Amino acid sequence: MSSNTITVLLVDDEDEFTSTLGERLEIRGYTAVTASDGEAGIQCIINRDIDIAVLDLMMPGMNGLETLKQIKNIKPTLPVILLTGHGSTKEGMEGMRLGALDYLMKPLDINELIKRITQAVQHK
Amino acid sequence: MFKTRFFKQIIDKLFNTVITSPEHYSRLRRNIIITMLIITILPLTSMIIINHFQYRAHLRNEITNPLITLANKTRHSFELFLKERLSTVRFIAAAYTYDDLKDDQNISRILSFLKMELGGFVDLGVINYQGDLVSYAGPYSLLGKNYSDQSSFQETQLKGQFISNVFMGHRRYPHLIIAVQHLTDSGQSWILRATIDTDQFDGLIRSMGLDPLSDAFLVDSAGVLQTHSKYYGQVLETCPLKLPTGMYGSDIFETKDQLGRDILIAYTAFTSSNYVLVIVKPQSVVLKSWYALKTELLIVFAISVIIIVFAIIRITDTLIKRIRVSDEKRETALTELQHNQKLSSIGRLAAGVAHEINNPLAIINEKAGLMNDILEFSDDFKSKAKFLELTESVITSVDRCRKITHRLLGFAKRIDIQIEPININSVITEVMGFLEREAVYRKIDLRLRLGDNLHLISSDRGQLQQVCLNLLTNAFAAVQDGGIITVKTENRQNNGIQLTISDNGCGIPASIIKHIFDPFFSTKKEKGTGLGLSITYGIIKKLSGTITVQSKEGEGAVFTIVLPQEPQINKEEQNEL
Repeated sequence: MSSNTITVLLVDDEDEFTSTLGERLEIRGYTAVTASDGEAGIQCIINRDIDIAVLDLMMPGMNGLETLKQIKNIKPTLPVILLTGHGSTKEGMEGMRLGALDYLMKPLDINELIKRITQAVQHK
Repeated sequence: MFKTRFFKQIIDKLFNTVITSPEHYSRLRRNIIITMLIITILPLTSMIIINHFQYRAHLRNEITNPLITLANKTRHSFELFLKERLSTVRFIAAAYTYDDLKDDQNISRILSFLKMELGGFVDLGVINYQGDLVSYAGPYSLLGKNYSDQSSFQETQLKGQFISNVFMGHRRYPHLIIAVQHLTDSGQSWILRATIDTDQFDGLIRSMGLDPLSDAFLVDSAGVLQTHSKYYGQVLETCPLKLPTGMYGSDIFETKDQLGRDILIAYTAFTSSNYVLVIVKPQSVVLKSWYALKTELLIVFAISVIIIVFAIIRITDTLIKRIRVSDEKRETALTELQHNQKLSSIGRLAAGVAHEINNPLAIINEKAGLMNDILEFSDDFKSKAKFLELTESVITSVDRCRKITHRLLGFAKRIDIQIEPININSVITEVMGFLEREAVYRKIDLRLRLGDNLHLISSDRGQLQQVCLNLLTNAFAAVQDGGIITVKTENRQNNGIQLTISDNGCGIPASIIKHIFDPFFSTKKEKGTGLGLSITYGIIKKLSGTITVQSKEGEGAVFTIVLPQEPQINKEEQNEL
């Protein structure tokens, strides 16, 4: 599976963050799709062929964990990586229990993210 | 209703002073002791006093009544004695004629019979109506003496009989006169006059059987002694005691004699003559049994009071100690609660701040990363290297910020207790992260002597961090710029560990070293809460460890913490933590 076929969905209320991270992923040969809240993210999953989702836990409206639950309802096999600005591992652990693949702390190390994406897609 | 409320208020005031200083306890102790003493000793004392007076009155009656009885009995004997003599003289005057008695032989014979049968008679004489002594039997030569101007003669003429007071007269020894008037057949009055010596009186007084300290005597109505007295003079001397004037009947009273003795005087006046019988008893004799009883009462009272005081003090001390301990426990619990609340709100605040900063930080990170990406994939241009350097610098700075926020978040997270295997060295390293900068600024020499292969202990990381932070902050405050702080860790027996934090700072004065773990004890005045070390102490105790301090003023302080491998925390306490 070559990297240019991998489509990454980035869901975060910080558009500046998702757009920039998306650009950086595209430089590295990924296709990035961004959404600024949980509902938009779910719409993207329904409408587009998404390989992996990166979800921020703290979002206005539907938060990360709820979005994760819905994603798992719609597309149980879709790998999801959680992002958290919190030091608390509690929500991260909760996310893992709900089927998230992994969780990462903000600010991100891009190489770490790439590593996780690669692993996830390979497992798939 | 009002009164009960009033008492309630007083009791509240006495025992409910809401101050937590040590003086509060001594004041409470004092109030309880005084109140209990008053409640117990006051009724006891009043009972003893009432008993004292009741017994005294009772005993006095017991003693004085027999004394009056004795006086009356003795008076009766005296009266009988006098009456007997009077009757005898009267009988002689009636039985013999004037002429019979004028005969000296006759009268001498009668006197010798009288002396033999009755005793006490000294002489006997007949006085004619002119007052001349016409016949006489006795040891003196008084024949021919005229008595007409003497009161005894006149009174006898008037009343028909006469008993004199004791007097000396010609005879130079105390005696009294009994005289009886009689008439001759021709109607001329004559008097038979007998002298009685008072030795007989002494015999009567001796027969009362008084104790050696007591005294009994006769006085006349003018207070002149009629018999010898042991303490109050010879016959015919005036008695120095103040006796009530116009005495009649019998009575008893207390007074002081000329020797200063407290005495009890019982007296009884004679009905047929001018005499008063007086019995004097010193109070010490009268109230001997009373004094014995009084002493016993006093001893019982004293012993009771001693026992009561001892018991009250012991009970109060125990009570106060318990109150104090429970107060302290409550205080510590409250303090810990407050502190935990403070910490957890600080924690929440820190977490919020960290989280809020993390989002913009993430954006900066990504922007700088993108710039870096673009630069890397673009052709060389004039300032490419410079730009790369700049973006790298931004990313490095972001990384530093991330570390700080993560550490803050980590610190906040650890407010919830979690017993986990811990290497104490890692805790120290983490805490040092907070203090390194200050150490560098103040040129403090931080010497970490962390032991290798330390035992892992089950403990709470957050709490241990707090302990280390507290102790190190104190050490930082104690040392001067350029001071030395040493942190040492080592293994202890039974898989425990020991942590020693020492400094060469100002040290702790011996006077306050006992109090440094007390809550709210602070030497930092407004700057400190006085909670740091008490919380540290509380945490170490909860983690089943011990904390000790050694210090000399001016030579620094050494805090030593020993922690076991496993803390003995029960479920409840764990929840409290």
